[in-house]
Amino acid sequence: MSQTKMTAKHNAKMAAPLAIHGLSVAYQKKPVLRNISFEVTEGELVGVIGPNGAGKSTLMKATLGLIPSISGEVLVYGKAYKQQRKLIGYVPQRESVDWDFPTNALDVVLMGRYGHLSWFRRPGAKDKEFALECLNKVGMADYANRQISQLSGGQQQRVFLARALAQDAKLYFMDEPFAGVDAATEKAIITLLQELKLQGKTVIVVHHDLATVQDYFDSVLLLNVELQAYGPTAETFTQEQLQRTYGGRLAFLDRSIQPLSISEGKGE
Amino acid sequence: MQNIWLMLADPNMQWIFLGCTLLGLSSGVIGCFSYLRKQSLMGDTLAHAALPGICIAFMLTGIKSIGLFLIGAGAAGLIATFGIGYITRNSKLKQDAAMGIVLSGFFGFGIVLLTLIQHGSYGNQAGLDKFLFGQAASMIASDVITMTSVCVLLITVCTLLFKQFKLISFDPGFARGIGYPVAFLEQLLMLLIVVAVVAGIQAVGVVLVAALLITPAVSARYWTDRLGLMVVLSGVFGAASGAVGTWISASVSNLPTGPVTVLAATLLFFISILFGPQRGLVAKQLMRNRVKQRFNRESESLAKNSLKKEAAL
Repeated sequence: MSQTKMTAKHNAKMAAPLAIHGLSVAYQKKPVLRNISFEVTEGELVGVIGPNGAGKSTLMKATLGLIPSISGEVLVYGKAYKQQRKLIGYVPQRESVDWDFPTNALDVVLMGRYGHLSWFRRPGAKDKEFALECLNKVGMADYANRQISQLSGGQQQRVFLARALAQDAKLYFMDEPFAGVDAATEKAIITLLQELKLQGKTVIVVHHDLATVQDYFDSVLLLNVELQAYGPTAETFTQEQLQRTYGGRLAFLDRSIQPLSISEGKGE
Repeated sequence: MQNIWLMLADPNMQWIFLGCTLLGLSSGVIGCFSYLRKQSLMGDTLAHAALPGICIAFMLTGIKSIGLFLIGAGAAGLIATFGIGYITRNSKLKQDAAMGIVLSGFFGFGIVLLTLIQHGSYGNQAGLDKFLFGQAASMIASDVITMTSVCVLLITVCTLLFKQFKLISFDPGFARGIGYPVAFLEQLLMLLIVVAVVAGIQAVGVVLVAALLITPAVSARYWTDRLGLMVVLSGVFGAASGAVGTWISASVSNLPTGPVTVLAATLLFFISILFGPQRGLVAKQLMRNRVKQRFNRESESLAKNSLKKEAAL
């Protein structure tokens, strides 16, 4: 992390979508995240990888201010995240809500517009049109009026993605969007990620499946309470770094790392 | 039993009837949100916690007025919610256990105070014991005016902040993410519940007032998959229960309003759970039968076809 004066100046002009300095989070007495610092480049797909309990979701929630941090600073495009909320889109874990709630898919997507609406304003025709467009992008336009409990897990995940799209943000956070979804949804999510990248948006994804990391992400952030490594996938997603991050817990590492040596050449 | 129209000819009764209907309406509306936030029992806890608050308010001032009771009950409710929060945060107890402890503790204290008041020399304490099960007939015009303003307040807030309340009920994390003051909105919702409970206590009583928050909301859920409609329906169910409760308790002497109101709401619940479209038990059974018949028919024709093929061979 060596920064010359030149790049520092450049950063001041074109601030990074996300810059985190010395972020620490503790539940009760135990630190869950210790002194995390990193900066994300605009237009990148970043995978956050680490073992269970490494603090991946916590990192995301603390960044968004959903849980309190004990120290550190989070800057979104150079300003405190509180001032930049309209630039941020968020896809929480699917299990975090009760899907038996009395509402339909379109209505959930419309919730993505709430941040752009004034306090007493209801979403209007334009918002509905936009929400439908977002549903269409995740291949769910036909399910707009479907009660959300009647959707499959993958479809629910896509509704959440569409809601984040409806936020019309520049920086997206997705908490395990690939967890427990069907093949169709996985494909829809990847297409969407690529499209967001093409539009110059930045996406940070908490990810579980080590086998797909190299295919999906430009950069990876390896996390285990502390930041283990962060950088371009080709350089960072190495056996050595993974071993360090996962400790002895990664018995299948040798197999999953196999394609690494092949793809190492295709880095940027 | 008195004819309802005859009863309504009495102007005093008109007032009370209106008050109770409005009370049911507002409790039904606000109850939807507490039910969907999985805090159905919070209303019960707040109601029981309100009793000592009301007693203390009366002991300090010697006046029976909903306004003063509201302050006492609000303060007690606040202490109760803090107590529940403190217990769940600092012990391994879950919220239901914490609620149970706080609810019964406050209620016990309330009953002790109530007994003290009964034997005290306040002069006008008669009728305070009606707070246990409610007595709509004991309401006076000013009470009804208070209830009406409470109802207008609750419905106005719920209409204006509908999208906020919807979002914090469905996905509070997301609400926080887009910058909604979730803690404030949650407190506001809690405050509205306290207001509904306290306004309802005189009519329905401490013990059963929570039913007006829970039962209409749960019943309404059986008829619709849309939150907006659910809130309206729940209000209508609550209003109907309140109306029936007042009518019957006013016509049968000394019958407390609370139990009758709750019975009316419970009857509506049974109708809903049985006959609600899609979710109702009858609809579900019919659906199951239809699927079974279709499956049998299809497998029968499949079997016939394969027989035909065999015969053709």
